[in-house]
Amino acid sequence: MDRLSLLVWVPVITMIVISFFKDPKKVRLIAAAGMAVQLVQIILLMLAFFAERQAGNDAEMLFFKDIAWYSNLNIHYTVGIDGISLSLILLTGIVIFTGVFASWEITDRAQEFFITLILLATGVFGFFISLDLFTMFLFYELAVIPMYLLIGIWGSGPKEYSAMKLTLMLMGASALLLVGLLGIYFNSAPDGGPLTFNYIEISKIHLPEAVQYFFFPLTFVGFGVLAALYPFHTWSPDGHASAPTAVSMLHAGVLMKLGGYGALRIAVMLMPQAAHEMAWIFIILATIGAVYGALGAIAQKDLKYINAYSSVSHLGLILFATLIFNQVAFEGAVLQMISHGLITALFFALIGMIYSRTHTRNIYEMGGIMKVMPVLGTAYMVAGFASLGLPGFSAFVAEMTIFVGSFQNSALFVRVATILVISSIVITAVYILRAAAIMLYGPLRKQEFELLPDARWYDKVAVFILIGAIAGMGMFPNWLAEMIYTDFTPMFNRFIAN
Amino acid sequence: MHTDMFSYTVWIPLILLAAFLLVGLLSDKLKPLVAGLISTAAILLAAVLAYSAAAGYFFGAGLQDGHYTTLIPFEQLWLRFTDTLVIKMGILLDPISVMMLVVVTTVSAMVHIYSFGYMKGEKGFQRYYAFLSLFSFSMLGLVMATNLFQMYIFWELVGVSSYLLIGFYYQRPSAVAASKKAFIVTRFADLGFLIGILLLSYYTRTFDFMTLTQPNSGILSSAAGVSFMGASVLTWALVLIFMGGAGKSAMFPLHIWLPDAMEGPTPVSALIHAATMVVAGVYLVARLFAVYALGAPAALEVVAFIGAFTSLFAAIIAITQTDIKRVLAYSTISQIGYMMLALGVSGYGSEAGLGYTASMFHLFTHAMFKALLFLGAGAVIHAVHSNEMTDMGGLRKHLPITHFTFLIAALAISGIPPLAGFFSKDEILAAAHGHYPLYFWSGWFVAGLTAFYMFRLYFRVFWGEDRQYEHKPHDAPPSMAIALIFLALASVVVGFIPFSHYVSANGEPYTTHMHWQVAALSVAIAVAGIGLAAWMYLRPGTVADRLAAAMPGLYKWSKNKFYIDEIYLWVTRTLIFKGLAWPIAWFDRHVVDGTMNGMAWATAQVSEKIKGLQSGQLQQYAYAMVLGAVAFLLLLLYWGA
Amino acid sequence: MIEGIEVFDVLVVSTAMFFIGIYGFMVRKNLITILMSVELILNAVNINFVIFNKYLYPDMLQGYIFSLFVTGIAAAEAAVAIAIILNVYRHMKGIDVEQVDTMKY
Repeated sequence: MDRLSLLVWVPVITMIVISFFKDPKKVRLIAAAGMAVQLVQIILLMLAFFAERQAGNDAEMLFFKDIAWYSNLNIHYTVGIDGISLSLILLTGIVIFTGVFASWEITDRAQEFFITLILLATGVFGFFISLDLFTMFLFYELAVIPMYLLIGIWGSGPKEYSAMKLTLMLMGASALLLVGLLGIYFNSAPDGGPLTFNYIEISKIHLPEAVQYFFFPLTFVGFGVLAALYPFHTWSPDGHASAPTAVSMLHAGVLMKLGGYGALRIAVMLMPQAAHEMAWIFIILATIGAVYGALGAIAQKDLKYINAYSSVSHLGLILFATLIFNQVAFEGAVLQMISHGLITALFFALIGMIYSRTHTRNIYEMGGIMKVMPVLGTAYMVAGFASLGLPGFSAFVAEMTIFVGSFQNSALFVRVATILVISSIVITAVYILRAAAIMLYGPLRKQEFELLPDARWYDKVAVFILIGAIAGMGMFPNWLAEMIYTDFTPMFNRFIAN
Repeated sequence: MHTDMFSYTVWIPLILLAAFLLVGLLSDKLKPLVAGLISTAAILLAAVLAYSAAAGYFFGAGLQDGHYTTLIPFEQLWLRFTDTLVIKMGILLDPISVMMLVVVTTVSAMVHIYSFGYMKGEKGFQRYYAFLSLFSFSMLGLVMATNLFQMYIFWELVGVSSYLLIGFYYQRPSAVAASKKAFIVTRFADLGFLIGILLLSYYTRTFDFMTLTQPNSGILSSAAGVSFMGASVLTWALVLIFMGGAGKSAMFPLHIWLPDAMEGPTPVSALIHAATMVVAGVYLVARLFAVYALGAPAALEVVAFIGAFTSLFAAIIAITQTDIKRVLAYSTISQIGYMMLALGVSGYGSEAGLGYTASMFHLFTHAMFKALLFLGAGAVIHAVHSNEMTDMGGLRKHLPITHFTFLIAALAISGIPPLAGFFSKDEILAAAHGHYPLYFWSGWFVAGLTAFYMFRLYFRVFWGEDRQYEHKPHDAPPSMAIALIFLALASVVVGFIPFSHYVSANGEPYTTHMHWQVAALSVAIAVAGIGLAAWMYLRPGTVADRLAAAMPGLYKWSKNKFYIDEIYLWVTRTLIFKGLAWPIAWFDRHVVDGTMNGMAWATAQVSEKIKGLQSGQLQQYAYAMVLGAVAFLLLLLYWGA
Repeated sequence: MIEGIEVFDVLVVSTAMFFIGIYGFMVRKNLITILMSVELILNAVNINFVIFNKYLYPDMLQGYIFSLFVTGIAAAEAAVAIAIILNVYRHMKGIDVEQVDTMKY
C-alpha cells in the first residue's frame, strides 16, 4: 500500500472500527485515536516529503501512484502530492483532529455522527491527493454529501431547511462542475490519441480556446460556489448556523477550501487564456465578496452568522488572489486557504463551546463573559486578532502575500480592486472588535452566567492545537511559504507558457 | 567588525518577548508580585543593554569618517515574496533608533516601577505586566526595524498592545469603547500605511531602509518619474505612509482616539499615549526622512501643514477640558504636532536639517516631561480617585513630591529655561522660522497656549481651596515617587545634551547655537501664558467663567472638541452602519438569498402544478400510453413516408 | 396448413382480441376484469407468435417457445396480480380500480 492511499484508508478503518461500538465514550475515543494516527501520519508524510525534496527530487508530484480503474474511459486512480496539496492535507488533518475533540459532548447517535464526520474527512483527503479529475470529483461528492446528514440530523435551528439549501446549492454547483470537467476531458486530446482525466497531463497541452471560453466559467463557478463566490454564497450563513460545531469547523475550515483549490488548480491552471480574458468578471465578484462579506458581518447578531460572513469575505480574498496570475498571489491564495481554515475552525470551535454553555449565540444576550470564561474569552480574542490580520498570526502572512502579489499587477483596474480588497481588513477589525466588545467585555449581562464553567480539557486540546498552528504559521511562515512558492514554479511556468 | 560588537542588541526585544510569554502564559499561576518583578527585571535588563548600546554607538563605533553610520548587527529572513521583496527581521542601529531605545526603555522601566504602587491590588495585575512587556517588546522591535515591513509588523503589534491596555478595565463599557475606537481608527490609518508601503515597494523594489534612504542612489528617481493624478507616485506613497504615521501619532483628523485612550490605567497613558507609541508616527517620518526630503518634498509640506495645524487645534481644545488626563492628551497631540512641523520644515543636510534634529530632540525631551506629567497626574488620581479638575484643589500641601515634580514638568513643557522643553522648542521654532514665518507664529502662539493650559491645570489642581475628599489625600508611595523623581531629574538635565552632535538628518554631527530672538520671544509668551493662568485661576474669582461667557461660540466649540467626534460618529453610525452594513445585510438576506430561495420556490411551484398528472388512476395512465403509442405510430408513418 | 384459413384470417382474430383487451383494460373498473383483459392481450400476442411461426418460418421453433414463455409469465403474473387484488380488497373493501389511487403524487 502506498503512503498516500493510507491517508484514505486510515479514516476508512476508523469508521469500520467505530461501527462495532455503540457507547459514545468509546466511539469518541476511537475517533480521536484514528484521527491522531492520521495526523501523525501526515506529519511523517511531511517529513518524508521534505527529505525527498532535500534529496533533490524535483518531480512535480511526489509519492506518485497510478492505477487504472476504468480503462474504457481512461479513468485512473492517480495520486500524488506537491507542497500545495500537502499543506492543505496538513490543514485537514489538524481540523478533523480538533473537530473530534470539539464534538466530545455529542451523545445522540454518536456512532453515526462520527462515522459520517470521518466519511466527510475521507472525501477531503481523497480530493487533495487525486490527480485524476474523475476520481477527484468522486471524492468531492463524497465530502459534500455527508454534510446533508450531519446538518440535517445533528444540527440546530432550522436544520432541515439549511441542510437542504446547502446541499442543493452545492449539488447545483457540482452539476456545472461535472459539465466543466467532462468538457475538459473530451477536449483533452486535441491532436488525437486517448482522452485523459489526469490534470497534470492536461495542463501540459493547450486546450482549444473556444473550449476554454465555454468551460472555464462553468468550472470556476462550480468550484466558486463551494468557496462562497458572491452571489452564490448564501448557503454558507444558514448552513454554518445550523451545523453542529465540528461540522462548521470542517466545512468552513476545509470544505470551502476545496472550492478555492479547485478554482486555482483546475479552472485557472488548465484554462489560462479564458481565465485571463474573463478574470475581470470574477475579480469584480471576488472584490464584492470580500468587502460585502465584511460589511455584512457588521450587521449580524449571531456569532455563527458573523463568522459565516467573515468567511465569505476571506474566501473572497482567496478567489481574488487566484485571478491575479502571478506566483506570489497564487502562493498567497494557498496560504490564505490554510490560514483561514485554521482560524475559522478555531472560531467555530469556540462558538460551539460558548454556545454549549450559554445556550445562545446572540451576542446581545451575552456580555462580560470574559470574566467567567477567561480561557475561552482569551482564545476568542486570539482568534479575532488572528482573523483581523495581526502580525504573529497566520492571516497576516497570507494577506500580505496576497496584497504584495496583487500589487505586482500594475493594471489600474487590478490596483483599484486590490485597494478595495485591502480596505476589507479594516472592516474586519470593526466587526471582530464589535462582537468581542459586546460579548466578552463590559459587565456580566446575566447573573446565571456567573456559574458557567470555563474550558474543559478536551476543549483546551482543540483550542490550543489550533492556536499553536495559527501562531506557528504566523511566526515562522517562511518554510511553508517557500514550499508552496517553489512547488508552484512548474505549474506557473506552464501557465505562462500557455 | 563594528556590527559584531552590537550583536547583543538582539536580546533587547527578545528578553521582553520572553517576559511576556512567561507572565502571559502562566498568568494567574504566578503571584502578582512575582509577575511584576519578572517584567520589571526584564525591562531593566533591556534598559541596561540599551544604555550600553547607546554609549557604544555614540561614543565609539557609530561615528565613522565624521558621520554616524547605520549598523545592522542582526538580520534574519522572515518571509520571502519575490527575490527582492523580502521581509527580514533585524536590528538597525543609527542615531535615532539608538535614541529611541533609550527613551523607550527608560520610560518603560519607570512605568514598570511606578505601576507597582499604582496598580497595587488590582485584579489582573499579572495580565497588566504581561501586556506592558508585550508593548515594550513591540515598541523596541518597531524602533529597531530594518525595513518597512518589519516596522509595519511591530506597528500593528504596538497597536494591539495599546488596545489591550486601554481596555484593561474590560468591565467598564467606556474603556471597551475607547479601546475599540483606538484600534479601529489607527487600523484605518494603517490602511494608508500599508498601501503606501506596497506602492513604494512596487516602484523601488525594496522594503529596506538602508537601500531606500541612500541619497543619490537613483532608486527614488525612477519612482518619482511616474505620476498619477498630478503628483508623482512617490509623493502619493509617502503621503499614504504619513497617513499611517498620522493615525498612530494622533494628528488631525485622526486624533480622536487619543483622548479616549485615557480610559486606560494612567501609567499606560504615560508610556504608550504620551512618550513612546504616539511618537511612532514622527519616528516613521524621520526614519524615511531622506526619502521624503529628496524624493517628494511635496509630501513633506503636507507633514508640516498637518503638524502645524494639529498643534494649534489641539492646544485650543486643551484649554477648556476639565478632565486632567484629557488636558494632557490634547497637550500630547499638540506637542507631537510640533515634532511633525519640525520635520516638515526641515531640509536634508546637517545645518539645513535643523528641523530634523529639533524634532528628534523634542521627541526625546517631551517623552521625559510628558511621562512625568502623566505619572504625576496618576499620583493625583490615585490620591483623590477622580479625573475631574473640579474635584481637586489645594493638593500641594497633601502631595508635596507630586506637586514639586509636576511643577518641574509643567515648566519644562512651557519652555521655561533651563528646563528641557525650552531647548527643543527653541530649535523647532527657529527651524520653522527659517522655512515659513507663518509656521513660526503659529508655533509661537501655541507655546503661549501650552503654558496657559498647563498652568491652568497646575493651579486648579494644586492651589486653591481644598475640596471634600473621601479620605485625606496621601502622597505617592515610594515606588511611584522613585519614578517621579527620576523623570523630574531627567526633565531638568536632558535639555543640556548637545543633540545636534549626535542626531542630524544626514548623520553628520554639527553644532547648533541658541537663537536668542526666538528664545526671547518664546520665553516671553510662555511667561505671559503662565501669568494669565495665575491671574485667572490662582485667585478666587470668576474671570474664567466670564471669559467663557464672553466668547460662547469659541468656548463651546473648544469644549466640545470642535465636534470632530460627532462627525466621526455620524460617519460610522449613520453612513457606514446604517447606510451600508445594515442595508447590505438586508440585501443579502432578502435579495441575494431571496433569489436563491425564489428559484427553489419556483421549482416547487412548477412541481405543484404538474403533480396532478400523477393521479394514481391506472386507466388514465393506460390511456396516455395507448395514445402515445398511437401518436408515435402515426409520426413514424408520416415521417417514414 | 389448415385448409381455407389464411394468415389474414387469424390476424383478424388476434387483432380483435388485442383491441378488445385494450378496450377492456381502459374502461372496466373491476380489477379482476382488468386482469382478464390483460390475459386477452397476452393471448392475442401468443396467437401472433404461433401463426407467424407456422406460416413464415415453419422450420423454426422460436415462436412456439416464446408463446410458452408468455403463457408462463402470464400465469405467474396472474398469481401475483390476484394476490395484490386480494390485498387491495382487504385494504380498500373493494376492487374498483378508481378507488386504488394511493400511489398518486
